[in-house]
Amino acid sequence: MPKTHNAGPLKAVAAHVALLAYCAIALWPVLLIILNSFKDRLSIFSQPYAFPTGETFTLDGYKTLYSSARFDLYFLNSLLVTASSLVLILAFSSMAAFALAEYKFRLNALTGLYLAIGIMVPIRLGTVGILRIMVDLHLVNTLWSLILVYTTQGIPLAVFILTAFMRQLPKDLTDAARVDGASEYHIYLLILPLVRPAIGSVLAISMIPIWNDLWFPLILSPGESTKTLVLGAQAFLGEFVNDYNAVLAALTLAILPPVFLYLIFARQLVRGITAGAVK
Amino acid sequence: MSLRRPRFRTHIPVFLAPAVLIYTAFMIYPLLNSLWLSLTNNAAGQIPSFVGLQNYFTLFAREQWSAPFWNSLRNNAVFFLIHMVVQNPVGLFLAALLNTRIRGTWLYRTAIFVPTILSVVIVGFIWKLILNPAWGISRSLLQFVGLVALDKPWLGLESTALVTLSLISVWQNIGIPMLLFLAALIRIPDELVEAARVDGAGGWKIFWRIQLPLILPTVGIVSVLTFVGNFNAFELIYATQGALAGPNFASDILGTFFFRTFFGYQLQPADPFMGATIAGVMLVIILTGVLIYFYGWQRRMQRVRY
Repeated sequence: MPKTHNAGPLKAVAAHVALLAYCAIALWPVLLIILNSFKDRLSIFSQPYAFPTGETFTLDGYKTLYSSARFDLYFLNSLLVTASSLVLILAFSSMAAFALAEYKFRLNALTGLYLAIGIMVPIRLGTVGILRIMVDLHLVNTLWSLILVYTTQGIPLAVFILTAFMRQLPKDLTDAARVDGASEYHIYLLILPLVRPAIGSVLAISMIPIWNDLWFPLILSPGESTKTLVLGAQAFLGEFVNDYNAVLAALTLAILPPVFLYLIFARQLVRGITAGAVK
Repeated sequence: MSLRRPRFRTHIPVFLAPAVLIYTAFMIYPLLNSLWLSLTNNAAGQIPSFVGLQNYFTLFAREQWSAPFWNSLRNNAVFFLIHMVVQNPVGLFLAALLNTRIRGTWLYRTAIFVPTILSVVIVGFIWKLILNPAWGISRSLLQFVGLVALDKPWLGLESTALVTLSLISVWQNIGIPMLLFLAALIRIPDELVEAARVDGAGGWKIFWRIQLPLILPTVGIVSVLTFVGNFNAFELIYATQGALAGPNFASDILGTFFFRTFFGYQLQPADPFMGATIAGVMLVIILTGVLIYFYGWQRRMQRVRY
């Protein structure tokens, strides 16, 4: 039998125990919130760990939510902002990445470096300036302000990852297309499907920070009609602190969308995070 | 084909323009604008004029500004150190466990990463509820493990608020170092570890002498990402403690101090000039960290590798 470094049975058990213990630490607060959001007030306090039963089950919290805040609107806003930003990030970044990967020109390296500044410098530090621009453009309290900021925020890392990926494609592909008389724009469209895995990774790592952001909605679009889900939840939670049913329901509603997205995109996310960090 | 190509290749600027323009307009220009603003003031109630580094001196040395500034900087440093001491080693430990090739690693990895994808605001509120003595979850849990004496309103005490918030942040963000370390550990060729094992090295020794040196570049990346993330943090404190970062500013960090200064709060009117100054200091701190990483750490790493 060849020697592998598979752990021995005892060590494997120890590893399982340690990992299970950590999973419990990671998940129980989340599960506790979701579980209790379906229970009446009394059993939230008396038996926080019990599953809801026929007697204790209630949707009171969700009803309060429904009647006192426009969570459907907030959700739609978040969806619109996130989806639009992602489309723009992908379109603009893939074009720029294509130019950087495909052509030799004098400013190539410098342009790449210029765009890379934004990978490390958080866009938040320019908030004072961003707010001034948005005021001048009359974009405060519109979803456009958020879309523009998030597109900007996503471009640096997206260009970086896509360029690295496109550089690995064989040159013969684009040369053959050129021989066939394809225009450069056409070649770009031919390349796009070939970098699908990288596009998936970019999508996955750009999506979550946009969906979850509080800072820019708080500053650029705090108006009632432009609140995102996170900002709406934050305001609601502040107002209803003592209504445990409502708070737990709001938290549960805010937890579910990212978890859902995560379960769909887990693989791309893992690849994206490692691709972004491993130069 | 090169004959067909026009001398000035218009498609290159066309491809680059959208990304470069939007990035310049909403990232680089605002940053420069903010830096410029930090060099001006309208102290006498007149139109803003250039004052050099005076705002920075005010921030560092005038009692009214310097006390909260140094307080938030110190708190931010503690916040960062707790991440470095707890989050990254524990993340590495989890990655090492996942690298032992037991079954179900995918499931463990997915579960441990769940908090990382939640909004910081939501995480803040989850823990605020759990630590709230009114609900009593933390008390019953401590009772269960026999440490009920430790039960305190951790977020409400000056002595414990900052550490508690740091640990909540660690709880949330540990998935990232875990993933990065795991990716690095997986890349280590099996033969290296095998050879050491044949030579009689134990697991501990293999880790310290072979695996850790080989993943040092990742240690650097994780550290600089932690640094940037921590010195730019805001949401967790704002969601759990409010803009005043209580109790009595015990959990105030640069992000919350910046927010309060720029937008004003209760007694203090909004001050865009000092706000921009604080953002300027944050920029310098973050750039210093990034430059130390690139020139100090990564270069040395490359020399080792080749």
